[in-house]
Amino acid sequence: MKLWRKPLDQDRVMIPHGEVHIIIERCKGCELCVTYCPCDVLEMSRIFNAKGYSLPQVDGSKDCVICGLCEMICPEFAIYIEEVSHG
Amino acid sequence: MNEELSNVLISKEHPMDDYLREDRLPHIWCSGCGLGTILTSFVSALQKSGLDRDKVAVVSGIGCTGRAAGYLYLDGFHTTHGRAIPFATGLKLGNPELKVVVISGDGDLVAIGGNHFIHAARRNMDITVICVNNFNYGMTSGQMGPTTPTGARTSTSPYGNHEPPFSVPYLAAASGATYVARWTSLHIRRLEDSILEALNKKGFSVVEIISPCPTYYGKKNKMGSALQQMKYYHENSVIRHGSDPAESGIDLGGEIVVGCFINKDKPTFLDSQKRSV
Amino acid sequence: MANNGILQGSFFMDGDTACAEGALAAGCRFFGGYPITPATEIAERMVLRLPQVDGTYIQMEDEIASMNAVLGASWGGARAMTATSGPGFSLMMENLGLGIMTETPCVVVNVQRGGPSTGMPTLVGQGDMMQARWGSHGDYEIIALAPSSPQELFDLTIRAFNLAEKYRTPVLVMTDETVGHMSERVIIPPPEEIEHYPRRKPDVPPSADYLPYKSEPNSVPPMACAGDGYRVHVTGLTHNEKGYPDTVNLDVQQQMLERLINKIQHNKDDIIELHEDQVEGADIVVVAYGISARTAARPIRLAREMGLKVGLLKLVTVWPFAEERIRELAPKIKAFVVPEINMGQIVLEVERCAAGQTETILVPHAGGGLHKTKDVLATIKKFA
Repeated sequence: MKLWRKPLDQDRVMIPHGEVHIIIERCKGCELCVTYCPCDVLEMSRIFNAKGYSLPQVDGSKDCVICGLCEMICPEFAIYIEEVSHG
Repeated sequence: MNEELSNVLISKEHPMDDYLREDRLPHIWCSGCGLGTILTSFVSALQKSGLDRDKVAVVSGIGCTGRAAGYLYLDGFHTTHGRAIPFATGLKLGNPELKVVVISGDGDLVAIGGNHFIHAARRNMDITVICVNNFNYGMTSGQMGPTTPTGARTSTSPYGNHEPPFSVPYLAAASGATYVARWTSLHIRRLEDSILEALNKKGFSVVEIISPCPTYYGKKNKMGSALQQMKYYHENSVIRHGSDPAESGIDLGGEIVVGCFINKDKPTFLDSQKRSV
Repeated sequence: MANNGILQGSFFMDGDTACAEGALAAGCRFFGGYPITPATEIAERMVLRLPQVDGTYIQMEDEIASMNAVLGASWGGARAMTATSGPGFSLMMENLGLGIMTETPCVVVNVQRGGPSTGMPTLVGQGDMMQARWGSHGDYEIIALAPSSPQELFDLTIRAFNLAEKYRTPVLVMTDETVGHMSERVIIPPPEEIEHYPRRKPDVPPSADYLPYKSEPNSVPPMACAGDGYRVHVTGLTHNEKGYPDTVNLDVQQQMLERLINKIQHNKDDIIELHEDQVEGADIVVVAYGISARTAARPIRLAREMGLKVGLLKLVTVWPFAEERIRELAPKIKAFVVPEINMGQIVLEVERCAAGQTETILVPHAGGGLHKTKDVLATIKKFA
């Protein structure tokens, strides 16, 4: 993530990291999650589900910060994030 | 599938499934339709509301939005076209402990059900109405409706709609609603907050939600994909809390005023009835 | 008045008032309606009396809304009713169908007046009898009762509520302006003598596997209402046992519709009530219902005084129709005489069931008044 100034407490703040879960059968390939992810974590893949909709996947070079926007905007209940444990 | 999706985990269940009739998913709504997003916002608001979900009933009419009651794992009633509000009125009076929520479309609520809408608002029936406005009748393949902007093309306004539309917030406010807000299905967080406010409001609360219909309205009016319609909302929505609902009309290609227009207190039907007897 | 707000004793009241009191005695606690002559007195009585028994009255914006509010209230757990006349009855047809489809117990009273259209608002008619049977779209069975006096209007309103609960269906009370506005003695028995068929609730705990429309042959499923914790889905679409829409599977439609029809058809013995007077051995059987059964009494008496063998078969339950009884009588008699205040409705059913084995003669009346004794008598004499 790009920061416009270095926060004073940056050393102490732990940015959460999430894993993207996808329910393949539910996705209808509308691309809302990909478009509105503020961290550009998601991208469209070239993979289709059984109904012919292309599915989103994660661009491995970006980190999900669990803002939850994809989960909220997905009209299909087809994507959600789980926090990766820091332990 | 020969290849695999990179860096994602494949799942069968969603955290919200407990509130959904997940055995009926995927739902019937088109790719990019805002209705699913609106259901998510509703469920999130419901979870935050502290309401006992077994005392929450959802009533829908007919149409795309009419199917909403059928996907929520709550007491749900899918009634006839336009009649969700009078059914909800009876349900509330039959059991005043219930929180009754009507989720239905603009055509259902303010065309065929328009009379019921204004009278429930007038008598301040204690129900929440979530009106999803996609500017046309989607279920029957995109005919003009009571909210279709003047000039817009639909299958029954092929030369452009020559009628002026209703503004749902203006109609609700003029009829006496205690809470009136409008958002688009893109304003997910504000929408969730607004639905939460409406759920906790006593009296007739109305949240209008502008939602893309990529399959019919968007296509006929060259608004592009659902994604492009959402971008249009993003660029053309103006938040004006407390503004005059009379100024909330939506012109074809014009700005969409969103926000909370009315939030006031007055006695509900049951309050007044108890007092009068 | 008994201390629970329900009347008890002997009263002089009109039919509409008796209907309202019958509803209250039956446990009705919700009335949603719209004013219409000649049924308004029922609403007026209910708005006065419901608050005294912790019930709710609401005057809706029209009869479409009234019918829906009644269905909603029933799903909220209340015994609910509405009352109307022809024009309002027409508006109720749409959601009467929803009530049948969703198996919602409720009572609809039609105080019939002259028609068609606005017709004769203050005068009697019996022109809605076929509308009662077939007025909503699609196939279905319905229960309709026809009282002939204020006392019967009281009694049959109670019976209507009990049938509605027992068979989970809207029940129609097809009365008319004359009975509604006629004042007579009405005896209201003590509460313990009034039949009360309670709403049947599921006997299994709420679970995701609960089947609110479980289909056993002729069965009437128990009813889980809103707020009971069963999270039922109720729809006017063709639905499976789970209550979920299934609008393409022909088997689902077949199974659902058969059950909706059979739960009434296969229980006709319980539902159909007939009052018979000297039918056995009669040459002529007058088949009548509502006020017409009452006006038929005099010509029948006069005919008997002339030595003619005339019986009266009064249809207290008009729908489902008493087919078996008509079939049974047809070969034994010279004619069925059917006086009704319309140009021929129930007579068609009688004729169908008589199946050519005897004459079926209508004594029509266009509406606005009652049959003249001489008209019915002349028909009886002609075929005796």
